Amino acid sequence: MITTTESGKRKVVIEPVTRVEGHGKVTIHLNESGQVEQARLHIVEFRGFERFIQGRPYWEVPVLVQRLCGICPVSHHLCAAKAMDVIVGAKELTPTAEKIRRLMHYGQTFQSHALHFFHLASPDLLFGFGSDVAERHVLGVAAKHPDLAVQGVMMRKYGQEIIKATSGKRIHGTGAIPGGVNKNLSIEERDVFLKDLGQMMEWSHAALKIARDYTVANLEMVTDFNTFESNHVSLVRQDGALDLYDGGLRAIDAQGEKIFDHMHPQKYLDFIAEEVRSWSYMKFPFIKSLGTEQGWYRVGPLSRINACDFIDTPAAEQARKEFMAVTSDKPNHITMAYHWARMIELLHSCEKIQELLEDPDLQGEDLVVKGDRQEEGVAILEAPRGSLFHHYRVDENDQVTMANLIVSTTSNNEAMNRAVTGVAQKFLSGREITEGLLNHVEVAIRAYDPCLSCATHALGQMPLEVCLMGPDDELIHRRVRH
Amino acid sequence: MSSKPKVATTSLCGCFGCHMSLLDIDERILKLAELVEFNKSPINDIKVLADDVVVGLIEGGCCNEENVHVLRDFRLHCKILISVGECATSGGIPALRNPISLKECLEEAYLNGPSVHNPSGKIPNDPDLPLLLNKVYPCHEVVKIDYHLPGCPPPADTIWQALTALLGNKPMDLPYELIKYD
Repeated sequence: MITTTESGKRKVVIEPVTRVEGHGKVTIHLNESGQVEQARLHIVEFRGFERFIQGRPYWEVPVLVQRLCGICPVSHHLCAAKAMDVIVGAKELTPTAEKIRRLMHYGQTFQSHALHFFHLASPDLLFGFGSDVAERHVLGVAAKHPDLAVQGVMMRKYGQEIIKATSGKRIHGTGAIPGGVNKNLSIEERDVFLKDLGQMMEWSHAALKIARDYTVANLEMVTDFNTFESNHVSLVRQDGALDLYDGGLRAIDAQGEKIFDHMHPQKYLDFIAEEVRSWSYMKFPFIKSLGTEQGWYRVGPLSRINACDFIDTPAAEQARKEFMAVTSDKPNHITMAYHWARMIELLHSCEKIQELLEDPDLQGEDLVVKGDRQEEGVAILEAPRGSLFHHYRVDENDQVTMANLIVSTTSNNEAMNRAVTGVAQKFLSGREITEGLLNHVEVAIRAYDPCLSCATHALGQMPLEVCLMGPDDELIHRRVRH
Repeated sequence: MSSKPKVATTSLCGCFGCHMSLLDIDERILKLAELVEFNKSPINDIKVLADDVVVGLIEGGCCNEENVHVLRDFRLHCKILISVGECATSGGIPALRNPISLKECLEEAYLNGPSVHNPSGKIPNDPDLPLLLNKVYPCHEVVKIDYHLPGCPPPADTIWQALTALLGNKPMDLPYELIKYD
């Protein structure tokens, strides 16, 4: 690696093959008899946060690490703040601080799920997997279903404005600090959100209906498309309710039996580890008791709805029951059901926002607590894309000495690779990568809402590069879509 | 359709926050779609990225060979190139790795991290992964950049006003409130 480093200065030799950063790069590997053996989704980004955070003062961390991701920075902001709560010995936040943070988090989940559904996923659902790529993006939706496109834009705006009101900025705000928050929500700020709430609730119900109706109407097709059994991991509240902000970690197996439950975040290293593979900068997390082969798991909306016992808001709970009835209350493994589950959470977030806005604690003035200083803190949060882990050690000079981050998309790494392998096995015929294969790879990856797709996709389709490799790793065919 | 000016965007070593800030123009995104043609193939296929892209928006600095390649292609094909945000302008947060050796950064992530399971002791090195540069470079150290929009990210209004001024052939005259250095 070191030689690579040194040769990699600014004078790099540019390969004649064009590539785009942010491309979902996929290689499909064939065995001797020409069968698909494995497909790999390569994550080509490396930034080194774990190392360069070392030496920074701990109070900087919530604003620093959120720069990992501008798509859901609130997740990193809050998860780091929660870990720093442990460091400053804040065992329990004030009601105002906890609720302001929750409002920020539900605002973010609302905008992120709306963005994904309306801007990215709805074209697949509205136009079909194989439709013209020229219309499969938000502007295509705008042309054919202008009302839906406007709804998507306005729902995202609503969530972004909640983030701004609680953190100061729409992207990379500063609201959460170790031990609490730095502002409350004024009556004036609150009233703006209450005014539009009814509309948001109505649109959330409508979006849920689109996702539900689509899945139910096409149940056979979506069940056939890339369904595979897996373990699921999610935070749950002490009483088993869905909780996106806090709780203990639960893992269930494919039949819904608990592998572990109410795991305290500080103990995560006893339960979870991450395997390194040479061909991707993204690691492969697994449940330690099951090992690398059997221990991989999925996270995100589908896993959360599967893992929780109930939802504590009425409309979303109703929707959850309907969702679970499809698989007779057993875990749902249909990859495309992520979209439906995501819309249940969209509605849940909207209901939670209402609950919080009506709570006078948001106008409280007691914002920060502190206790006995600790050396180590771990926090887990349910980010829009799944369980997010932050782990820090801080020395007596208040400097960070160790940082470990397991981000949500990482936990879905194995599942996305399996999804792509499944699609390749099913749709690859001969030795050529067809447009149809490309479409299906794209749809399979997008169900997981990985950051790379979300981001590169906001204004167009997912750029993809798919390479077909022979048994000796020789390139047979390559197809790029920008 | 083809008479509309073309706009292309890319994220190099950034976090996509600047792209999200562009989306934060909210309902104006639909208006923007009427004003310009988004070059859907953002970037680097020369045949597709026509020579007449009017504005290229760059998010992020350069941390690997692909970034450099994409950035040079942008320079080649865009009349006006804008560094959008802290990372494109100065390297930003990712450039915090610059005082540290790349080897140390990789070892921390793939060998020493407390949850790492890596019996082979290998750091990812597949040919499918682009070569990392020794440091993270701001865009203007790699190609000529015409404008810099500061901020992490620049506010949506900053991006909107800059873009509409350029497209309307007017001077980019941003008020003080829209110039943020955070």
